[in-house]
Amino acid sequence: MKDNLQLNSEGKLKHFLSIEGLPKELLTEILDVAESFVGMTDQQIKKVPLLRGKTIVNLFFENSTRTRTTFELAAKRLSADVLSMSIATSSTSKGESLLDTIRNLEAMFVDMFVVRHAISGAAHFIAQQTAPHISVINAGDGQHAHPTQAMLDMFTIRQIKKEFSNLRVAIIGDILHSRVARSQIQALNTLGVPEVRVIAPKTLLPAHVESLGVSVSHDLNAGLKDVDVVIMLRLQKERMTSALLPSESEYFKCFGLTEEKLKIAKPDAIVMHPGPINRGVEIESKVADGPQSVILKQVSNGIAIRMAIMAMAMQKQGVM
Amino acid sequence: MLDIADLLNRLEAELIQTITERHLVNPLMIGVRTGGVWVAEQIHQRLQITEPLGLLDITFYRDDFSQIGVNPNVRPSQLPAQVDGRDIILIDDVFYTGRTVRAALNEIFDYGRPNQVVLGVLIERDGREIPLSPDCVGASITLNKGQRIKLTGPTPLAIEIQTLTVAA
Repeated sequence: MKDNLQLNSEGKLKHFLSIEGLPKELLTEILDVAESFVGMTDQQIKKVPLLRGKTIVNLFFENSTRTRTTFELAAKRLSADVLSMSIATSSTSKGESLLDTIRNLEAMFVDMFVVRHAISGAAHFIAQQTAPHISVINAGDGQHAHPTQAMLDMFTIRQIKKEFSNLRVAIIGDILHSRVARSQIQALNTLGVPEVRVIAPKTLLPAHVESLGVSVSHDLNAGLKDVDVVIMLRLQKERMTSALLPSESEYFKCFGLTEEKLKIAKPDAIVMHPGPINRGVEIESKVADGPQSVILKQVSNGIAIRMAIMAMAMQKQGVM
Repeated sequence: MLDIADLLNRLEAELIQTITERHLVNPLMIGVRTGGVWVAEQIHQRLQITEPLGLLDITFYRDDFSQIGVNPNVRPSQLPAQVDGRDIILIDDVFYTGRTVRAALNEIFDYGRPNQVVLGVLIERDGREIPLSPDCVGASITLNKGQRIKLTGPTPLAIEIQTLTVAA
């Protein structure tokens, strides 16, 4: 029941920690609200006053460029005051505990924490410990979840494919280390995608991956057949502590997405990647920059989806 | 008592007069979602304005966001990219506290700096909370405490006066 932590007594979003435990209606509401933020780019002043006077702290215990900057931009477009802290360079390196860091920031009247941490469950922990008026958004915790990335991917898919109910989606690559994949699988299943496939070498799949509600293939050619959406994952070399792969070039040969292999998918299939991409490792440049790629659209959509989630988490909470 | 056709006729007549008096040139009409758009569609047709109607969703500009949150039915506003220097006719259904119009003006000004804005509403009722007032109205009415007025539509447009039972 730990994910009930995410909802207030009225069933509204309070913290956004994981896709798990969130109903389809809420995910759809996030996508709908994000839709209206996309049009904001037409405005001369790309800001709405929704979170004026609120203070949001980006707590990044782990490096990130895309996620941190889009969270920062999203907060600024909502008129919040935003502070981005890279904790590796800060007081935790002087020995301060996570909880002490949180208590100190609370004492500065913060309204929301956006947390990225290398340890799974870090955002949950902060949400449990923090003052009741504060909302916590998970911007990636260890190998557990990256729910805002999953939501921006769902948004991108809906933008192009319109419906979820008739799609075949393949997620390819390093599923084992991927918090993105876990969140994507949960979101795709919740939103009613009938077929989610994961395609990876055995060494890069978690045990019992089928129990997440996916079919498994170890053969890219077979797995790509008739898919509408191809999601490539980054090979997370920094998280590989043992020899899980013979070599990068061999990995590319078997699981890298090339123009040739993409032809096996449906002709109107889209290619996605959460970034950063390793060109020539999991994806060929021609595909990454090609007409079927929506990788940069994903980045743009990241702002709108994060605005929606932050705005929804900050609306009045039933019980204070 | 309140006939839609009469209200639209009077609003139209007042707008025509104001357009002349204030020398509105090639005005851009904008309706406030949802009821204001219904009214604006009618007036837009009557005034034979060729430029498409602008649609404004003020959800993100409301001053009661922290009390009521995001309306999940929010839809993107659709304004022509350029409102700079334009003469604008802003249309809403019911003018009450004035807060909706404040939010609408704030949003319009985030798109650019219009030359002037004229406000037309189908019905003006009592209960102002901020110092704004409409330029053109279909009718001005006073309601009893606990009564509210609502436009239903879009076809047919109708006025509904509801008496709210106040919870103890």
